[in-house]
Amino acid sequence: MITARIVFCWVVLFFALPGIAQELLTFSSTLNQTRYQNLIEELRCPKCQNQNLADSASGIAVDLREQVHQMIEANKSDQEIVDYMVARYGEFVLYRPIHSSATFLLWYGPFILLGIGLFTFVLVVMANRKKRGAKL
Amino acid sequence: MTMRHRLIKKALLFIPLVLFLILGIAFYSQLGKNTQYMPSALIGQKVPAFNLISLNSDQIITQDDLPNTPYLINFWGTWCPACHVEHPFLTTLADDGVVIVGIDYKDEKALAKQWLEEKGDPYLMVLMDEIGHFGVDMGITGAPETFVVNSSGAIVYRLQGVVSESNWSTIQGYLK
Amino acid sequence: MLPEIGQFSLILSLFFAISLALVPLLGYWKNNQLLLATARPLTFIMSTLVLMSFIVLSLSFLMDDFSVLYVSQTSNSQLPIYYKFSALWGGHEGSLLLWVLVLCGWSSAVALKIRNLPEDIGPVVLAILGMVCSGFLSFLIFTSSPFIRLLPDSPIDGGDLNPLLQDFGLIVHPPVLYMGYVGFSVAFAFAVAALITGNLNAAWARWARPWTTASWAFLTLGITLGSWWAYYELGWGGWWFWDPVENASFMPWLAGTALLHSLAVTEKRGVFKSWTVLLAIFTFSLSLLGAFLVRSGVLTSVHSFAADSTRGIFILVLLLIFVGGSLLLYAIRAVQVRSSVSFGVTGREAWLLLNNILLTVLTLTVLLGTLYPLLFDALGLGKISVGAPYFNSVFTPIALLLIVFMGVGPLSKWHNTKLNVFLLPCIISMVVSVLISGSLVYAYDLGLLAWLSLSIAFWVVCLSFSDWFSKVSVGTKGIIPRARQLPRNYYGMLLAHLGIVVSLVGVVLVSINSQESMVRLSPGEQTSVAGYEFRFDRLEQVQGPNYVSDKAQFTAYKNGQVVALLYPEKRLFNARQQVMTEAALDAGFTRDLYISLGEKLDGDSWGVRVYVKSFVRWIWLGGLLMMVGGLLATLDKRYQRRAGV
Repeated sequence: MITARIVFCWVVLFFALPGIAQELLTFSSTLNQTRYQNLIEELRCPKCQNQNLADSASGIAVDLREQVHQMIEANKSDQEIVDYMVARYGEFVLYRPIHSSATFLLWYGPFILLGIGLFTFVLVVMANRKKRGAKL
Repeated sequence: MTMRHRLIKKALLFIPLVLFLILGIAFYSQLGKNTQYMPSALIGQKVPAFNLISLNSDQIITQDDLPNTPYLINFWGTWCPACHVEHPFLTTLADDGVVIVGIDYKDEKALAKQWLEEKGDPYLMVLMDEIGHFGVDMGITGAPETFVVNSSGAIVYRLQGVVSESNWSTIQGYLK
Repeated sequence: MLPEIGQFSLILSLFFAISLALVPLLGYWKNNQLLLATARPLTFIMSTLVLMSFIVLSLSFLMDDFSVLYVSQTSNSQLPIYYKFSALWGGHEGSLLLWVLVLCGWSSAVALKIRNLPEDIGPVVLAILGMVCSGFLSFLIFTSSPFIRLLPDSPIDGGDLNPLLQDFGLIVHPPVLYMGYVGFSVAFAFAVAALITGNLNAAWARWARPWTTASWAFLTLGITLGSWWAYYELGWGGWWFWDPVENASFMPWLAGTALLHSLAVTEKRGVFKSWTVLLAIFTFSLSLLGAFLVRSGVLTSVHSFAADSTRGIFILVLLLIFVGGSLLLYAIRAVQVRSSVSFGVTGREAWLLLNNILLTVLTLTVLLGTLYPLLFDALGLGKISVGAPYFNSVFTPIALLLIVFMGVGPLSKWHNTKLNVFLLPCIISMVVSVLISGSLVYAYDLGLLAWLSLSIAFWVVCLSFSDWFSKVSVGTKGIIPRARQLPRNYYGMLLAHLGIVVSLVGVVLVSINSQESMVRLSPGEQTSVAGYEFRFDRLEQVQGPNYVSDKAQFTAYKNGQVVALLYPEKRLFNARQQVMTEAALDAGFTRDLYISLGEKLDGDSWGVRVYVKSFVRWIWLGGLLMMVGGLLATLDKRYQRRAGV
């Protein structure tokens, strides 16, 4: 499993940003800090392909975290920030896919399956009761 | 159990196999694709608005100053090892008449000037994106990155990584 | 010379594997005892040959034979000796060899126990395992041989093992995980053998049960180790990421858990026979699917195995043959199955059916979330990501529902249960659990979600205890002798269920009660997080075996008392000039202190991430309990009996 997380963009040497110090941010309120934390955990780093912005150490992730921070402190809503990212990096950056007709099966599929499963349960139990009735 | 029931039961037992085969086809179609390839979110759109300072003339340049012919936007920086690899090829392209707008991304002015003096300048103009805001507006994730803008001013293609002999024909196809 | 011997013995073992796949089946057809009897020796010879080539490859690693391409890619002369050995499975080729070795190990174990089976079933089971071995051996030999040589220009030194893998985790995690993954092929072999021989009765379930439980226990441990490793190694304290490759190991676990339970019903009551066979095929298919996803490069999980479409096609063909073939066989043969046993809605059969339905839905949910981006892309709809936020909101509610039922299910009796068996324990447990968790949540200010999850946790604990108590309190003997009489199987179940609860508590508390802080610190400065003071004492350069390290010392205080000394590091590995963060942590029963160094800032100050992780150990403690429960159930005396006795 960890082999999977060996998150070295193979491009590291060839395609890189300068090493930048980790930003240490201040927030005007704890609400803003929580919003920031939640947002950077739900946005995917567009470069190192399987990390969120919070976890990634790549240069672009640092820039985008900074951007999120600025926008939060400039009183932008979460939706505005998400739209901003999607306009530039596509829906790929959303770890929580947008609800749409194309993602209907993704979001509701499990619950449809659950419904089918419970229906099957009732069906099997009923069938067994009938059988039992026939036997008795 | 009636005949019909039996048939239905028989048919039901094939469902897992059918689902699996569909999945197999989807897998097959994905094999060999470059999963790292990321299409740009800006395809079909105009270059976003900007105010950047020109490296050579120290003047403010905006989106209105961009060429009207098809051209390339190339993000580079002196800190980026792959840009060294890419530079000679860009120079030959420029010699062949390809219009390239350079964006000196997250770099220092003096270093960039020195680089262009030493290695030659393939760019129509070079704009300084020191903090990288324009880079974020263009949705780049590093350097080098190259965008193709067509004659009507729309972004039609994006390449992450080095422009080279091997991918030039693809890029050229979009450059019209 | 040595690597050629390794390659040669691999090729030879393929011949034996193919014979194993064919000869016993021929014997079964012709009803020829002599041909059937070849299954055992063929298995042993095949396994010995694979073991030989494994040993040869280990020797190549230990002797720094960089003329072997694979060794030169994944090892380095400076590497400490234990990492040289484990570097063997640090890349695609070697890990595949490990996979085959483990498969041979399981096959040999079945061959050793073959006398527990009827004379015509055992060889067929081994033949199926022979087919699986043939498939993977050809994959290994034709696309991924680890013995390819770089001659005559062999490099002086190797490219080194990825520094992230230079860790204790690499030594233990892959072998254990593969023990689990690959172990499910035994259940698969039993299921397919049952389909071939038409013996779709309760007997096959009894034979397959201990093997399935053992594999499940290994897989549980493997996943637990992987999660723990990721937690301390990656430097930001996450323990599960819903990465496609993690999901690839989680899906067989979920399906395998369902299989454990459905095997129990099929064995004891002879119902759901057709379903159980399907589930055994499904579980094994998910293991294969995992191998496909990890090694073919169809998903954007940035893993260390180089993506190669030839390999992808090869595994896809293997998938088609094994999964497609067995599903076809299933579709043709399962029609004959009919169960004559009946049960009521309160019977244990019904509860286990519910368990299976929910676990299957959960498995399919993970499958859906993992494959959706791939299907999306295949249909040309663009690129999307499905990550933790999706799984948290879709997977979690269904999983919680399952855990609620997990508390009640064990109380039920086969066939039918009198309602008052449930009624009193359920009411008492509900009241007790809501009150206890409510007061905890109130005292520590944890919120609604915590209340719900902790209530569910206490609910299961109360019900499990009341079930145990009701079992030991009847009869004339004292409690302790009666408790000792209960089968290991039962205690295994109890432990595994409690393990789930312990993990649940860990998962919930670490996600809502942890605190973190990213600060700039210079030596001498301090910061406080969650009531702990962390002082940055000093920083020094340390020389490691194959790296140079900036090693910091932090002292953690609580109420002025020293709690722990922590030494986070930033290591620069010589061979690849790669920087690695080595987090430092102080593990505790109710909290972990976790520090990792970020970037060096101006002057002597550093960006430092400090975490106080609440109850994080419980996640893995629960995993260990589940594993012990599984092993205990495997060792139940009933399985030691021979066939027909």
